[in-house]
Amino acid sequence: MSILVNSETKVIVQGLTGREGRFHAEQMMKYGTKVVAGVTPGKGGQEVLGVPVFNSCEEAVKATGADTSVVFVPAMGAADSACEASAAGVKLVVLITEHIPVLDMIRVKEFFAKNGTQLIGPNCPGIITPKQCKIGIMPGYIFEPGPIGLISRSGTLTYEATWQLTQQGLGQSTCCGIGGDQVPGLYFTDMLKLFRDDPETKAVCMIGEIGGNGEEMAAQYVKETNYPKPVFGFIAGLTAPKGKRMGHAGAIITGNSGRGEDKIKAFQEAGITVIHELGKFGETVAQALKGKI
Amino acid sequence: MNIHEYQAKGLFAKYGIPVPQGYLALTPQEAVEAAGKLEAPWVVKAQVHAGGRGKAGGVKVCKTVEEVEAAAKAIIGMKLVTKQTGEAGKIVHKVWVESGTSIARELYLAVVLDRTAGRLACMASPDGGMDIETVAAETPDHIFTCKLDAAHEIWPFQARKLFFGCGLDAKQVGEGVKMLQGLVKLAKEEDAVLVEINPLCVNAEGHLVALDAKVNFDDAALKRHPAIAALDDPEEADPLELKAKEAGVNYVHLGGEVGTMVNGAGLAMATMDAIKQAGSTPANFLDAGGGANEDMVAAGFSLMLEDPNVKGVLINIFGGILRCDIVAQGVVNAAKRTGMTLPLVIRMEGTNVEEGRRILKESGLNYHPAASMSEAARKIAEITGRA
Repeated sequence: MSILVNSETKVIVQGLTGREGRFHAEQMMKYGTKVVAGVTPGKGGQEVLGVPVFNSCEEAVKATGADTSVVFVPAMGAADSACEASAAGVKLVVLITEHIPVLDMIRVKEFFAKNGTQLIGPNCPGIITPKQCKIGIMPGYIFEPGPIGLISRSGTLTYEATWQLTQQGLGQSTCCGIGGDQVPGLYFTDMLKLFRDDPETKAVCMIGEIGGNGEEMAAQYVKETNYPKPVFGFIAGLTAPKGKRMGHAGAIITGNSGRGEDKIKAFQEAGITVIHELGKFGETVAQALKGKI
Repeated sequence: MNIHEYQAKGLFAKYGIPVPQGYLALTPQEAVEAAGKLEAPWVVKAQVHAGGRGKAGGVKVCKTVEEVEAAAKAIIGMKLVTKQTGEAGKIVHKVWVESGTSIARELYLAVVLDRTAGRLACMASPDGGMDIETVAAETPDHIFTCKLDAAHEIWPFQARKLFFGCGLDAKQVGEGVKMLQGLVKLAKEEDAVLVEINPLCVNAEGHLVALDAKVNFDDAALKRHPAIAALDDPEEADPLELKAKEAGVNYVHLGGEVGTMVNGAGLAMATMDAIKQAGSTPANFLDAGGGANEDMVAAGFSLMLEDPNVKGVLINIFGGILRCDIVAQGVVNAAKRTGMTLPLVIRMEGTNVEEGRRILKESGLNYHPAASMSEAARKIAEITGRA
C-alpha cells in the first residue's frame, strides 16, 4: 500500500515536449513510472521518448485512460494546464511549476474543488512511492520502500530527511512534497488523513517552515483525533528575520502569524516529536521508533 | 514588490478611490513649487518603503511655504529609522507634498490574501491610524472581515456590512462600497496581494478620503504587468541584494558573519538555523536552486567577499538532479575566478558525491570538509570564533 500513487498509476506529462518536461519524464520512466501520454497544445501526433503527444488532456485521457497528470508548463500558463487536466477527469494533478501567480492558484483550487480533483503543489518536487511510482523531480535513488510517510514543504529538505531515514534503514511508504507556495493544494492535514488510512505507513514525518498556519492546523488535527501513529515534526527558518522573503513564496513571517516558535509549540502540545537539529533527523526518528514498528 | 505611497495613490486615483491631490518632489525647491499648485495647509511626507514614518519624523504638516521648504530640507537626505526599517534606517530621496485634510475620523481598510482560506479577503476597522495587528490582538471585535469568491469579486452587501460595522452613516457607507470595489478591482487586475489604506479618513465634510496608500504586488505576476514592474525603486533595495538580483541569484542579506550557499530554500533556512544553533550568525540566505553552475557560485562568492562582516563561508549542497561533481567543479573554478580568500567549509551529499569530493580534494582548494550538517555548523562556528 501507499497513498495517492502506486505502480498502477498512469501519468500524463503536460509540457513533455519542453526541456524540463522531457528530462524529468525520462527520469520518471527510468524509475518505473507509467508515463502514458504527453500533452502540448499544437504538437499532437508527435512522439517523445516513445510516448504519444496529444493536443489536449481530454484526448490524452480518452486514448490512454490516464488518471494522473504532472505539469511542467511555465508559470504564466500552468494554472490553465492544471485546470485542463482536472476538466479532463484525472484524479490527481501534480503541479511542479514555481512562480505561479497566487490569484491564479485561488481560481485553480476552486476549479479543482468543483471537479473533485486532488492537487499537489505548486512549487513542489512532486510525490514518490518508492520502487513503484515517481512523479516529479526528486532523485529516485535516495528513496527506499518502508514504513515512514513523509510530508514536506521543501524539496531539498525532503531529500536531506529521506536520505537520513534511508541511512537508518527506515524506508518510506510515500513521500510528498506539498510545495512552498501561499495557496497550495493538499496540505499537512489532508496528507495526515491519507497516511492514517494506509496500513503500510507506521509513522509520519512532517517538514514544515515558517509562514502560514498549516503546521498548527495539522497539530490540532493530530491532537483532536488522537492520531493513531507516531508523528515527527521539523520546522525550518526558526532564525529567519521577520518580513524577509526566503525563496519559497510561503516562507515569510508577517506580524505574529507563521512564527516558527508557535509551530514548535503546537507540535509539542499535540504530542508530536519535535526534531530540533536537522543533522539528527534520521537518528531521532530511528531511536524513537526502535522496537515500536 | 512594494511601491511608494505616491505611486500607490496614483493607482488609487486610476481606480476611482479618492486621494488628496499632491506632487512628488526630489528637492526642497520642487516641494515649494508643488505647494504653489495646492491649497494650504500642506503635508510633506517622506517616500520610503516603511511604515511608522510619522512617528520617526518623516511626515510634517506645514502652514506656510517657508515651512514646506524647511520640512523638505529636513526630510530629503535624512536617515529615517522606524519600527519597520530596523536600526539601519532608510535614506529618504524624495517627498510627497499634498493638500492637508481636516480629519473627523480615522478608519482602516484593506484587501489582503487570506492564506488559510486560500482567498482574497477584505478587512475594515473603526480604529484607523494604528498598527492593525495590535488592534486585532487587543480588540478583535473592532475588526470586520469578508472573504471574496474565487473570481476575486465583492458583492456590495459584503462591503456594506464592513462599513456599517465601523459605524459610518448611510451616505458614507455608499462611498465606502465604491471605494472597496475599487480596491478589489485594483487587486484583481494588477495582481496585488495587499492593498491597504491606513488611515482611511472621514474628512470635515463627511467624505471618505485615502490619507495613506500601501500596495504589495505578487512578484510571480509581475511578468504580466510591465507597467507595475516599472514602479520598482532600486534605491529601496539592499545594495548587495540588488547586485544578487542582477546576477540572478536568490539572496537575502542578513548581516551576520557566516556566508551561506545552499541549494533549495528549505535547506538554506535549515542551514541558517544550524549556524545559529552552533553559536554563530548567518550573513545571508542564498538559494543556489537547481542550477548552481560556476557563474552562479562565482556571483555568490563575490557577494560574500563584498560583505565586510563575513568571516567564513559554509557551502551545503544536497545533490539531486543537480549533481555533486558539477557543483564541486563550479566551486573550484569560481573560487579561482573570484580570488576566494575566506575560510570555506563544504558539506556535500547526494548524487555523484564521491566524484564531487574527489574533485574538491584534488583541486588544491583550501577548505574544510564536513561529513554532516551538524559537523559543518560546528566547524564554521569554530572558524568564526564562536564555538
